[in-house]
Amino acid sequence: MKQNSVSERLVNGLIKENPTFVLMLGMCPTLAVTTSAINGMGMGLTTMVVLALSNMFISLLRKVIPDKVRIPAFIVIIASFVTVVELLLKAYIPFLYDALGLYIPLIVVNCIILGRAEAYASKNGVIPSLFDGIGMGLGFTLALTIIGAVRELLGAGEVFGYAVMPESYVPCSIFVLAPGAFFVLAVLTAIQNKVKLAGERKGKDMSKIGSGCNSDCMNCSEAGCSKRFYDENAKAEEPEETKEETVIEKEEEKND
Amino acid sequence: MIKDLLIILISSSLVSNVVLSQFLGLCPFLGVSKKTNTAAGMGTAVIFVITLASAVAGVIYKFILVPFDLTYLQTIVFILVIAALVQFVEMFLKKFMKALYQALGVYLPLITTNCAVLGVALTNVQKNYGILAGIVNGFATAVGFTISIVILAGIREKMEYNDIPESFRGMPIVLVTAGLMAIAFCGFSGLL
Repeated sequence: MKQNSVSERLVNGLIKENPTFVLMLGMCPTLAVTTSAINGMGMGLTTMVVLALSNMFISLLRKVIPDKVRIPAFIVIIASFVTVVELLLKAYIPFLYDALGLYIPLIVVNCIILGRAEAYASKNGVIPSLFDGIGMGLGFTLALTIIGAVRELLGAGEVFGYAVMPESYVPCSIFVLAPGAFFVLAVLTAIQNKVKLAGERKGKDMSKIGSGCNSDCMNCSEAGCSKRFYDENAKAEEPEETKEETVIEKEEEKND
Repeated sequence: MIKDLLIILISSSLVSNVVLSQFLGLCPFLGVSKKTNTAAGMGTAVIFVITLASAVAGVIYKFILVPFDLTYLQTIVFILVIAALVQFVEMFLKKFMKALYQALGVYLPLITTNCAVLGVALTNVQKNYGILAGIVNGFATAVGFTISIVILAGIREKMEYNDIPESFRGMPIVLVTAGLMAIAFCGFSGLL
């Protein structure tokens, strides 16, 4: 498949770099709203809309935004789209608005969105960026729907509100409560670890597989998140210093 | 009045714990909980920032956003205010309070876009808390965060010596631990 083509971007987001199953980004909403398949799907689609729009917009503005203030600029763009989507949901899909509640405005701080803006949209054209956003969003939706369905199945014996388990099944309601989210994610990361270890034994490159916020929050920052806010200045200053040093060294050489 | 504040204090710190029942601030919770010392440092920094941020966000909401009918802009305003505030606090501490900066400095940048900070500011608005109640809520939430991160760090220190199945090493076992802690914290729901 051609690099950066529409279909390549969609497959990349859905499977190869699935934000939840492979990159392990945006864990807060993943755990919080997946009490049922429909909630997970709603959250995923909401995020997808924001992701696609912000990716497109950032890509359009990528040559206008100065490099040094790009993270605050991205955040403002993302926050605006989140507000738009929030108001739309409130007006047209109130049941979803009530179910997701606080987690809709919190899409702003979702690592995936800032991560894609930083890693892809700020470097690529408008159409690929739009489809990158849609692909990543679909991948996120898929993951949240699956997790939501598993939790709903174990916790209430239903999927999308339809009873699928035999009547003799006693729902294990802990899975729709907070602790269940941690257990489901634990199993998920364990499976991911297993795949990663097996792949490494065969000598495949598994570096793409993230491990959530494994070592510390800096791990999140490789894809965006908080730390970048500050590091940019440090990075911008560093090369200048080294330049000065080399100039001084050269001058010293000349003097010699 | 005092009774209301006390109820907010208990419910935000224990009953609906920010990490274990609301899933906010998971990144630092899972990331900075390897040692009790660093976990306590992170907790202190979070208490500091969240209390301050909920005060500032509360004031801005009441005296700027509400009078000018701009409440729909709350998300944008809050995220920018919080980001600027954290940076400002960091510069202020660096300049005037060297000791405190050395203790908290490394953790401050990690908190900026931490969802817990924004989450508290938005909850205060959603629940119609006044400025004082908002500050108490922010403080209590952060205390809840500190309690849970220190406990988790304590358990993780002990866990270092355990024989864990290969694929459960690292993140999965920590998540299982967090799940068990969440069950324990469910017990607090009878408190109020």
